[in-house]
Amino acid sequence: MSDLWQYLQANQAQIENWAGTTVWLIVLPLLIGLALALPTGWLAARYRWVYPPLIGITGVLYTIPSLVMFLVLPGILGTRILDPINVAVALAVYSYALLVRSVADALRSVPAEVLAAASAMGQTSTQRLLGVQLPLAVPVIAAGVRVAAVSNVSLVSVASVIGVPQLGQLFTLGNNTESLTPIVLGLIFFIALALFLDALVLAAARALTPWRRAVAS
Amino acid sequence: MIRYESVSKQYPDGTTAVHDLSLEAPSHQITVLVGPSGSGKTTSLRMVNRMIDPTAGRIRIDDREVSSVKPAELRRGIGYVIQNGGLFPHRTVLDNIATVPRLLGQTRRAARRRAMELLDRVGLSAELATRYPAQLSGGQQQRVGVARALAADPPIMLMDEPFSAVDPVVRTQLQDEFLRLQRDLARTIIVVTHDIDEAIKLGDHVAVMRVGGTLAQFAQPAELLARPADAFVAGFVGRDRGYRALGFTAAGELPLADEKPVRLGDALMTARDRGRDGWALVVDDGDVPLGWVAVGGLPDSALRGDVTIDLLNLGGTLAGVGGTLRESLDAALSSPSGRGVIVDLDGRFAGTVTAAQVLSRVETARETR
Repeated sequence: MSDLWQYLQANQAQIENWAGTTVWLIVLPLLIGLALALPTGWLAARYRWVYPPLIGITGVLYTIPSLVMFLVLPGILGTRILDPINVAVALAVYSYALLVRSVADALRSVPAEVLAAASAMGQTSTQRLLGVQLPLAVPVIAAGVRVAAVSNVSLVSVASVIGVPQLGQLFTLGNNTESLTPIVLGLIFFIALALFLDALVLAAARALTPWRRAVAS
Repeated sequence: MIRYESVSKQYPDGTTAVHDLSLEAPSHQITVLVGPSGSGKTTSLRMVNRMIDPTAGRIRIDDREVSSVKPAELRRGIGYVIQNGGLFPHRTVLDNIATVPRLLGQTRRAARRRAMELLDRVGLSAELATRYPAQLSGGQQQRVGVARALAADPPIMLMDEPFSAVDPVVRTQLQDEFLRLQRDLARTIIVVTHDIDEAIKLGDHVAVMRVGGTLAQFAQPAELLARPADAFVAGFVGRDRGYRALGFTAAGELPLADEKPVRLGDALMTARDRGRDGWALVVDDGDVPLGWVAVGGLPDSALRGDVTIDLLNLGGTLAGVGGTLRESLDAALSSPSGRGVIVDLDGRFAGTVTAAQVLSRVETARETR
């Protein structure tokens, strides 16, 4: 334990720097993926024929190994191989691939009679989408966001293999120096990060769905 | 008035939901569309507020053709009660009811004030205002559904199986309350149901539809029971229709037997002296009938003690003075003594009547028809 503490103090500036990069590499792609998944997921929920091909394509996207993605993206984007942008874009693609399905399924899960009632009251389709369908889809979307957040945490560490500076570097460093300390430290960081993000999304979802708590109590 | 003029709805796959429907739902009355599933009744209902557009024909509300009005605008002027309530699970009871006033541009405060009034109007307590729909019973949800439909004070209401998701006792209660509400509000209402009893109970006019979306008969309930237009309607209206038809004929002044009731706490011997044919009627201190006590064929030794609530036979139904022949006949048939109990408007005992007396009145009613 004291090893960990000493190591942390000795490399504080470096680790803080890495931690900052790690967090934005996880969170920003997640938000971008969600922002893109909302309209496309809506399309898939709205038009029946869009659903199968869209889910098929995004399913394939998610199966592309992350290492391949990190190596191929610079060629496509014209970025340098060590540029963190590559990682961000890759994780955004993965988040998007996971979330499209969540969003489509979430919007589809809203009971037909509730939507019919909204229309019958005289809501326009936009009012209905934003005021009824989307709020009721929050729990299912949030479940998808939790999976995507944790998936991003585990994927971001892989970027260290190609040398993008972030907390995953602790693993390569430990491996190269045959020292367990940075590896254990890295593990603690990533697990804590995953738990923290998961709890954050859960808390946000609960705040957005007060009616579910009222019913449970 | 809502008028269907040769309305048809055909889907691209060739199925016909509604075929050449023409009928007029009169203003300030309840018109019921009833039929088995696949008879196009819900489709017909939804064509009024343009949730479905007909493929042929026209629907007019008063003299305005509905297809000339934008759907959202049209719908805000038409109350809609959907099957199972269709409440918004994520909004409180109050905000559910306030939906249409808010859409019409009322302030949140004004819409909520209006919603509180309606909550009271449909018989729900104010403390339910902040609950969510899932915290309510089925019957309460249905009431909120009706309140929501009434919130913008629409002259027209459409109701799709409004009372089907609750148990029979609550359903009867909701139907009675709805009829009471309609007596005050006098809206032009179309109700869809698959239940012929509900149709006959609620409808001023009933349209019986058959599979394929054609109109089999459009008539007042009594007419429907007395003269079904064809074998389908006769079969759909069902058995017991002769008996049910009695529900549309007032009993008039029935000869009431001179019954001498006893009260709880009276001696059983007294009950035997006052009773006839072995049964004595028991009423409470306010003369409200409680039940019958059997006092016939028992030796004096068995009749020591008083009339207590445990001894009562509660089998008989009550009929009101000025009620229908059906009520009085049912009261007589269900009574253990064979004497049906008639009560006045305040529920106080008025007299008893036998089945034979009611039946002779049925004969008289037939002759004078």
